[in-house]
Amino acid sequence: MTKRLSIIDTERCIGCQLCMFACTRRFGDAGLDKSAIRVRSVGGIERGFTVIVCRACEDPPCARVCPTGALIPRKGGGVILNSSKCIGCQLCVDACIIGAIFWDDDTNKPIVCTQCGYCVDFCKYGVLEMEER
Amino acid sequence: MGKDPISNILYIDLNRKRFWVEDRSELFEKYIGGTGVAIKLLEEEVPKNADPLGPENVIIFTVGPFNGVYPMASKTVAMFKSPLTGNLGESHAGGRSSIAIRLAGYGGIVIRGVSDIPVYIAIHEKKVYFRNASTLWGMRSSFTVGRIIRENEPGAGVRTIMRIGRAGEKLVRYACVVTETYRHFGRLGLGAVFGSKKLKAILISGRRHIPIKDKPLYRKIYGEIFDEAVNTPLMKKYHEIGTPVNVLRLNKIKGLPTKNLLQNYFEQAEKISGEYFAEKFLGRRVACSHCPVGCIHLAALKIPYEDVPYFEKTIFISYDYEPIYAVGSMLGIGDPEGVLKIIHEVDTYGLDAMSTGVVLAWLTEAFQRNLISIEDTNGLKFKWGDYETYIEAVRNIVYQPTELYKAVANGVEYASKIYGGEEFAMAFGGNEMPGYHTGPLSHFSYLVGSRHSHLDMAGYSLDQKLLGKTIVLEEAVEKLLREEEWRQVLTSLVICLFARGIYRPEMVSNAFKPLGIEFSVDDLMEIGKIIHREKYKFKIREGFDLDKVRIPERIFQTPTPHGYIDKKSFLRMIEIFKTKIKYNELKMKI
Repeated sequence: MTKRLSIIDTERCIGCQLCMFACTRRFGDAGLDKSAIRVRSVGGIERGFTVIVCRACEDPPCARVCPTGALIPRKGGGVILNSSKCIGCQLCVDACIIGAIFWDDDTNKPIVCTQCGYCVDFCKYGVLEMEER
Repeated sequence: MGKDPISNILYIDLNRKRFWVEDRSELFEKYIGGTGVAIKLLEEEVPKNADPLGPENVIIFTVGPFNGVYPMASKTVAMFKSPLTGNLGESHAGGRSSIAIRLAGYGGIVIRGVSDIPVYIAIHEKKVYFRNASTLWGMRSSFTVGRIIRENEPGAGVRTIMRIGRAGEKLVRYACVVTETYRHFGRLGLGAVFGSKKLKAILISGRRHIPIKDKPLYRKIYGEIFDEAVNTPLMKKYHEIGTPVNVLRLNKIKGLPTKNLLQNYFEQAEKISGEYFAEKFLGRRVACSHCPVGCIHLAALKIPYEDVPYFEKTIFISYDYEPIYAVGSMLGIGDPEGVLKIIHEVDTYGLDAMSTGVVLAWLTEAFQRNLISIEDTNGLKFKWGDYETYIEAVRNIVYQPTELYKAVANGVEYASKIYGGEEFAMAFGGNEMPGYHTGPLSHFSYLVGSRHSHLDMAGYSLDQKLLGKTIVLEEAVEKLLREEEWRQVLTSLVICLFARGIYRPEMVSNAFKPLGIEFSVDDLMEIGKIIHREKYKFKIREGFDLDKVRIPERIFQTPTPHGYIDKKSFLRMIEIFKTKIKYNELKMKI
């Protein structure tokens, strides 16, 4: 069984962004430059938050447009990046209509959720969950 | 992966519309960041006797090494010369400010000079833009200003937008700076300093990298802090009811300042309590960036339109204990909607709610004692509990139609020197009082605290811990001073003081290790002490004098949970404090 990151209820989100920090911390560093998840307000925090992250499409448009085959569809949905094939053309960024492909300016390669679930451990408000597929 | 950008200070010159970055490692190594670095920058930037509203004053924002690294390190320190007290101006705020500054690649920002036209500054990591803000200048609502800038700039989710309202433009000396709509650099008049520089707002965005030396240790310590944060009952308290949980607690012990401290108990407290607001009005809880607590409580208030049937608007109002005290119990207002409406008005214009409430309370008493006339008040008849009059008065403080309002725009101490009523002008060191009448230690800490804030040394907390016991003056002063010194370390990191129970000295010392920085607990204590003395030196340099401080008589006339405050003991505490910080020596040196 594979798992994917699922957003249960954004109304419960308080905008603490601990998920964003957790995502960069996967690699042991601090900051946000490697984060594949973004929480922002829906035009003013009183209206609540939107959580932007790869929803693990079963037939991912980002993989379809990748000219070098660097984004490989993952079993159970989503993609895995083969960094050495990626030429940094950003076609994947345009192809993702929910804006879930982020960009790493240091390496000039995409940042996309690998469905690892590390962020879920730091969400105490029941917004994020790992779902079996 | 490069080095931690914490020691980069971004300098911005409004006179010449220029900016540059300087590496100030020497300051961060010695003074950590936050408060510690800010006071050194303030000392070097501001010449003695500079006009707080003139071109020589500066605006300093600093963050510390823990921001962006550990949870609940979510605050930014602002430092400036205060137009309200004439000496040290220091105010802290959360929102997204500290994360945005830190991850834009800076440990601090220094803003000098005065712009010739209204501007707002947009800082997107290395790029700094001066935007013409003429269109925003004079706009009635600070909410609209925020909305326009939000739509005009990129960086949603990883940015802060600090802005002033009309009060800042009109140089009300307790105008605040609002960030993320609901958080404030509230105290000591930063908003007026912005206004004097024709600076309407600052937007900062960033999502940079902070390299960590010992990665496994970092994840381990992060986990420990996080576990403590989400499991402590204290944090639960801040999330569920929030700071207004204090209303009933203080009222119960008879320590809730009411009607300009004519009373220590408010008979209508139930209706303006945290519990009542949570039950009837709570619309959403939100958090500062990188803080799992979510202590920000937003009330949703429905206001029907009188001219259109079945049509209403919902406004959101951020409420906390201090605003509820200041524009609630202090004004005898027991109508929760009335309290929310005043807070909303205060936020619309960008005033400090605490100072505003205390000013309105003084106006009420002065009016009732015929110290001021109805001509002075521009036709307003002040009466405890009458929130509609108070809303009118808030506008008058901003637009200043009479000499009286011009005077109160300088604070309650200033106004009472002209009109009388000094004994009930509830300010300490020129700063209007916080909402605790818990005993002698609360007022003592407002008086001698370096920011004249209850948060400096938390006398209100020690008062409550000592309830039913005798306060030993020497011991209490020692404890409070050590507390203020330690807090200098926390606000240099910059930790939210709500998390002080988690960030104990040993924890702080350990949490430095993954960053490759060694500070023993003793080192930290010593740095705290040094920072505290540096702040005091700045205060003395700018004219603050512990030998000449004014104590409003009212605090001796209304009993506290510790009974009546004994004036002789109170003065004795000041003398003990002076000996402990070697005040006379400090004064001689300056």
